Amino acid sequence: MSIIQIETLSIAILVAITCSLPGTFLVLRQMSMMADAISHTILLGIILGFFIVHDVNHPLLIIGAALIGVVTVFITELLNKIDLIKEDASIGLTFPFLFSIAIVLISYYARNAHIGVHAVLLGEIVFAPFNRLMINGIDFGPKALYIMGTILIINLVYIIVFYKELKIVTFDKGLAAVLGISPVIIHYSFMSIVSITCVGAFDTVGSILVIALIIGPPATAYLLTNNLKVMIGLSALFGSISATVGYAIALWLDSSIAGCIAAVIGFVFIVTFILAPKKGLLSTQLQRHSKKLEFSRLALLIHIINHGDSKEEKEECSLNSIHNHLHWNKSFLERIIDSAKRDNYIFVDKDILKITEKGKSYAVNYHQNILDRISVDN
Amino acid sequence: MKEYALEIHDLTVAYNEVPVLWDIELEIPHGILIAIVGPNGAGKSTLIKTALQLVKPMSGSISFFGKKYKQKRKKIGYVPQRGSVDWDFPTDVLDVVMMGRYGQLGWFKRPTKKDKELALEAIDRVGMMPFIHRQINQLSGGQQQRVFLARALVQDADIYFMDEPFQGIDAKTEKSIVKVLQNLRDRNKTVVVVHHDLTTVSEYFDWVTLLNTSIIATGPVNEIFTEENVFKTYNKNKSTLLR
Repeated sequence: MSIIQIETLSIAILVAITCSLPGTFLVLRQMSMMADAISHTILLGIILGFFIVHDVNHPLLIIGAALIGVVTVFITELLNKIDLIKEDASIGLTFPFLFSIAIVLISYYARNAHIGVHAVLLGEIVFAPFNRLMINGIDFGPKALYIMGTILIINLVYIIVFYKELKIVTFDKGLAAVLGISPVIIHYSFMSIVSITCVGAFDTVGSILVIALIIGPPATAYLLTNNLKVMIGLSALFGSISATVGYAIALWLDSSIAGCIAAVIGFVFIVTFILAPKKGLLSTQLQRHSKKLEFSRLALLIHIINHGDSKEEKEECSLNSIHNHLHWNKSFLERIIDSAKRDNYIFVDKDILKITEKGKSYAVNYHQNILDRISVDN
Repeated sequence: MKEYALEIHDLTVAYNEVPVLWDIELEIPHGILIAIVGPNGAGKSTLIKTALQLVKPMSGSISFFGKKYKQKRKKIGYVPQRGSVDWDFPTDVLDVVMMGRYGQLGWFKRPTKKDKELALEAIDRVGMMPFIHRQINQLSGGQQQRVFLARALVQDADIYFMDEPFQGIDAKTEKSIVKVLQNLRDRNKTVVVVHHDLTTVSEYFDWVTLLNTSIIATGPVNEIFTEENVFKTYNKNKSTLLR
């Protein structure tokens, strides 16, 4: 690996970790699409900042962008105040509006200013190592490392200092307010953190990768853990791994780095979504299936209890006619009967299904448990 | 003048300019277990949310133990409706109960060993000890409610507000929760419960407030909880201004 490649990879991993920290809380607060909005509208902040300082590298641009990020959140919430505009619509209204103003401004002024549409629109990680920090002619490495490093430290400090506050405001806003932990202060300070992260990352890796990094790894981690701290750690880990693997693929295919990293993030999510041990698609389907079998078996037992030893037993519980009453298809019925027989819940006497004492007490217990769980007031 | 645990005067609350609570006068003494009862949309939840400053009133005053809300904040406990939070949040029983300590801790400070001990004690009181590390999305409705109750207990408040604590839970859990609430009352705490099951009011509570946008009656259950008052609360077609 060349020095430039090592630097590029370090930048990618640094951005991934930086994004995963606020990303975890965005996903939990169900505000993922806000990252999408902010990562676009900050462009307006960058342009407006540029008009003031006339320097694309001035730190004021980051502050301007962060401010616009917070303004985006504010406008979105303002639109929400009218019942007819739901949250998704208000995001869809706000961000194209602010973003398009920025585009118009750039394309109008780009003719005579030193600010290209491309440079601002799409940060490109390929170029990140070439923008270097030079002090008195000495090369201190890529600027992006310093910018993202600073933002990572800001994010870490914020989340460590306000961990408890972030947690309670995210979980139970009402209680937080009653306990004197202002949800408004946490909300806006957190959204400022998201904005700053978006600005730095957007400038380095472009907006699509920013969104992918903020949402993908935390959403993946959420499928694997029930512990907030572990979720934060896993997000950072998945982000870094995706960045590394994505970069390797990009080198191998000689293709877009941002594209490959974003694709790997998506791929990791899909695999986890299907295979995650408890919350994954496969495991939830399996659980549902086994629940269905369990309930069907119980239904069979209850049917036999209700009709056994009665006049209609011969019709209701006969192996030849029971399917007419339960309305199950033959193969399903056979499976259920076999499984109930295996557990000694039922036996067959002259083609009539009979329940055993064990089967009876199992059914009664199960039924009682369900009755106990039924609420008294609903 | 007698000092009340909660005192509300001339309180009117409106959502989108439609008043949901009209000119509420309510004085709740210390050390009682009181139910707020009324039909759906009567403003029961709004009343406690306004008392807790979660909803801004249009007019009126609210005081706790003769003082402003802010001065007494640490002495006020709250159990929101169970459905108001996301139970898929990645955390366990102990952690949720610890959140009850955050008010006493204030900003920045971390929970200490002492806080953990208090949390465990509260979990024990609601009978959830076997589940301290259970993920909250794996709890039944009744267990979730008991976790919320434990979280309120560690707040170490003097007055508790509970929004429909018996919503969607089994009879056994309901009885055990009532026992905890009566125990709080016996320790001279005031417990205000939004409740909608008329059949259990006399059995569970000392006092009752009958509410239907305005207060129909407030007082000890055996004096106030009469057929006539209940009828008035649930069949209010005429404006109460002409009483």
